[in-house]
Amino acid sequence: MSELIYEKGVIVHIKGPVVEADEMRGARIREVVYVGEEKLIGEIVRIKGDRAIIQVYEPTGGVKAGEYVERTGEPLSAELGPGLLGLVLDGLGRPLEVVAEKAGGPFIIRGIKVPTLPRDKRWHWSPTVRVGDGVIAGDVLGVVPEGSITHKVMLPPKIEKARVLEVQPEGDYTIEEPIAVVEHIGEKKEVKMYHKWPVRNPRPFREKLAPVELLVTGQRVIDTFFPIVKGGASAVPGGFGTGKTVALYQISKWADADVVVYVGCGERGNEITYLLHTFPELIDPKSGRPLLERSILIANTSNMPVPAREASIFMGITYAEYYRDMGLNVVLTADSTSRWAEALRELSSRLEEIPSERGYPAYLPDYIASFYERAGRVKVMGNRDELGSVAVIGAVSPSGGDLNEPVTQHTMRFVGAFWALDKELAFKRHFPSINWLRSFSKYAGGLKEWWIKNSGYDMMSYRDKAIALLQRSSSLEEVARVVGEAALSDENRLILLSAELIKESFLVQNAYHDIDSYCSPEKQALLLRTLLEFYDRAKPMIDAGVPMSEISEMKSLGDLRRLKFVPEEKFKDTAKEVISQLETEISSLIAKVG
Amino acid sequence: MSIYGLVYKDVDQVKGPLVIMRGVPGVAYEEAVRIYSESGREWFGRVLEAGRDKIVIQVLGDTEGLDSNAMVKFTGSTLKMPVSDEMLGRVFNGAGEPIDGGPRIRADDYRDINGAPINPAKRDYPDEFIETGLSSIDGMLSLIRGQKLPIFSESGLPHNEVAAQIARQVVVPGKAERFSIVFAAIGLKYDDVLFFRRQFEEFGALSRSVLFLNLADDPVIERITTPRVALTAAEYLAFDLGMDVLVIITDMTNYCEALRELSSAREEVPSRKGYPGYMYSDLASIYERAGRIIGRPGSITFMPILTMPGGDLTHPIPDLTGYITEGQIFLDLDLYNRGIYPPINVLPSLSRLMKDGIGQGKTREDHKEVSDQLYAAYSQGTKARELVQIVGEAGLSPREKLYLKFARRFENEFVAQGFRERRSIEETLDIAWNILSILPESEFTRISEKTLDKYHPKKRAEAKIKGE
Repeated sequence: MSELIYEKGVIVHIKGPVVEADEMRGARIREVVYVGEEKLIGEIVRIKGDRAIIQVYEPTGGVKAGEYVERTGEPLSAELGPGLLGLVLDGLGRPLEVVAEKAGGPFIIRGIKVPTLPRDKRWHWSPTVRVGDGVIAGDVLGVVPEGSITHKVMLPPKIEKARVLEVQPEGDYTIEEPIAVVEHIGEKKEVKMYHKWPVRNPRPFREKLAPVELLVTGQRVIDTFFPIVKGGASAVPGGFGTGKTVALYQISKWADADVVVYVGCGERGNEITYLLHTFPELIDPKSGRPLLERSILIANTSNMPVPAREASIFMGITYAEYYRDMGLNVVLTADSTSRWAEALRELSSRLEEIPSERGYPAYLPDYIASFYERAGRVKVMGNRDELGSVAVIGAVSPSGGDLNEPVTQHTMRFVGAFWALDKELAFKRHFPSINWLRSFSKYAGGLKEWWIKNSGYDMMSYRDKAIALLQRSSSLEEVARVVGEAALSDENRLILLSAELIKESFLVQNAYHDIDSYCSPEKQALLLRTLLEFYDRAKPMIDAGVPMSEISEMKSLGDLRRLKFVPEEKFKDTAKEVISQLETEISSLIAKVG
Repeated sequence: MSIYGLVYKDVDQVKGPLVIMRGVPGVAYEEAVRIYSESGREWFGRVLEAGRDKIVIQVLGDTEGLDSNAMVKFTGSTLKMPVSDEMLGRVFNGAGEPIDGGPRIRADDYRDINGAPINPAKRDYPDEFIETGLSSIDGMLSLIRGQKLPIFSESGLPHNEVAAQIARQVVVPGKAERFSIVFAAIGLKYDDVLFFRRQFEEFGALSRSVLFLNLADDPVIERITTPRVALTAAEYLAFDLGMDVLVIITDMTNYCEALRELSSAREEVPSRKGYPGYMYSDLASIYERAGRIIGRPGSITFMPILTMPGGDLTHPIPDLTGYITEGQIFLDLDLYNRGIYPPINVLPSLSRLMKDGIGQGKTREDHKEVSDQLYAAYSQGTKARELVQIVGEAGLSPREKLYLKFARRFENEFVAQGFRERRSIEETLDIAWNILSILPESEFTRISEKTLDKYHPKKRAEAKIKGE
């Protein structure tokens, strides 16, 4: 298709990133075009007779009416093949390092065209099919090692059924060299290690399954209280300064996934720089290799062109689906989906569409759904019984911290977990500032068995107990706010103290502390059980008449508070010790009053 | 006056700051234009919409006297300003023209005032502590070289004094060179501008400063270009000449209001409170010009000041700003009314880059823990103060009373300091320890035992006695 030569159109109007061109008969919606003398990349978003409205992905300053528009005949696509892992790309899939080389400086200039995947790199190919084999879309033709994973080269989805005519023997090849020739509906087709896929279309799969397996993030408040599953979707709404970005880093760093796609969408330049500085140093605890090797970073900062921000999320989810199709578990984090929705609003307003709520176009909910619905756990294509998953975690930046604004409200409808970040908690430096009363997870109910099987503890029952304690404490705090804490009964003050212990020592987790940064499910379960024991064991003291002032001064309380900083390998023993000291201290206190 | 070259007389409408023309061939989007009236007045402008049938031009300056007989000349390039080291010590208007009576700048280069985005892969991560000499900032909201940290203020609060004090005192510890200062006033009153000029003169900073002034009675439309020309100058000083530049722009609220005015003249669909839907991206194109670049010595540290309309943090201007900048310094009316200068309320304030710019080898090893403990304790103290409103001081528990005392001492001894008082980071941390030491050790939840043993005044004194 791409070898066809298309007629050129002529620019008649330029208004920011929106360009109108005439003589575009035959152009299709979503077709990629090159605009003006500098051949800026654009996409057709509307057609009126012979005229096409184009959104341009690069700044349009200096473009003149009368310049040409070239058509490509292809929709906006992602290049999918070995070499994606470890890349840092802009919203259009251009590697930023290569862009810098071509630009000859640190500033991004226009009109740079570079492919996503390196063309000169050789990959070690081992075929897994033989000449004469019948194959269907999604079948593995061979494998190449890529970073910490085995990259499966699959028959592209567009070739539904074929027969292998030729296959290259094991050896080193670039992605442009055909590694197989297949016969598809009587036609010979060369298959390379990469293919292109239109980013706005979900990649096909055989069947979508219910997600049932916890996605371990190592973050206690998430895994225990508001879990997300492999193939699940969650949203993280929070005003600025509530620690949204740090929470997403933590998940990108520690999530129990094979591949992580991080989309920095309309956010700060220095945040991307921070990722680039820290990721190469971080080691994946499972594979022992740098985390960057399992990651794809997409950086379209707030000062980069708005239409490319709109495209970046679709680019990211397409990469995620591609690795899912290999039977891997993928996590995509997007920071922030609000900036993405705002990009849509900006473009819609420039197209002079009729605005709906707060200036957003009426199709905003469909648009949000088209992203979150691409999450899921699926049976992958091809003749193999493999499962793959894409979990999607989207940050939401509600304007004015108001959770009733349209992006947050529509997002809530499409996600299974909702981590409401709270300004009050952030002011107190309680991080992650996930509010335990306003957040939810629909996945928690299905994870009881998972916890028993994988941690050896009935974590969900501890969770229920802890939540009950936190809820009681929150209503007592209301009372205390009016009458003062001193006016509460000792029994109630013990509840406040025990809840405080859970907040400070379980919910608060320090992302920058070597040990506290990640907490395994076993440690989470044992830690929560131990902390809950304080309440159960301290209650008899109240009955025996030990004054609250002495209980709150107990030495064991300090040990309990520091327990989370104990490394995993020593944890079990230390927890036991702390409990036995607590017992001794309690009996001596009771003996004193008795 | 004579006008050379091709001019067009196709002006159709003049509408506020906008001139709308019928089609002119070959006009580029964002092209710079000059407009001449028959009476000989001259205006600058730039193309906002370029079409075969219609051209919209945004005119800089007051459009009074413009009519449909005006002549328009297209310059063939986008709006650029001359840059060179001669800018230092000079005063310009919001369009980048000298207004101090001095000669025009001999240009080393001409730069597009919109700049270009820094490639995120080529940014250098800011991690060097800057000492401002203000305890609340250095101790708990550390400013980092290359950071963008705004001051959120309200009308009537001393944000100008705070900014001037920072400009006067700021140094990178261990570095001999002082910061160059690029100062831009947007829609400011004359006496406020005078205050800054006097300050810069007084501490001898004028020769290493560049001033861009758009006063309250200057053309509103030039408020759109003022921050852009200022940052273009700053980028040249920082990334071409290798200087550390502190950019102070006040007041960004006036900028946003000008943006709203322009948007409404263009009949665009408004978003929240009438501000245009693209205000986030527009502000980002200004704020994101701060930073450091790999392999280049200079830096732009950016301190925009904005007054929150009605003191409302959720107003679109502070809200969108907070999402782009790396934290915020929050000035508080309540503190100011109690006589605290600088009235910095640390609780809603934040410096996102602080964690990587402090600690051993940078400031002091106990810095982070002390800061965390101060936050936790002060937050307890303000909670106790709220309680006093309801139950009275007598109704507090002993622990709450202690925290109340802590909050008072924290505000009066740590936050409050003189306009001419400069504290080193060691002094700041020592003051913090002194105040913290009124709390029992069991309350030190954010400080490790090791740090406590080394820095707690009581332990230090004990160690000293033992040593002797």
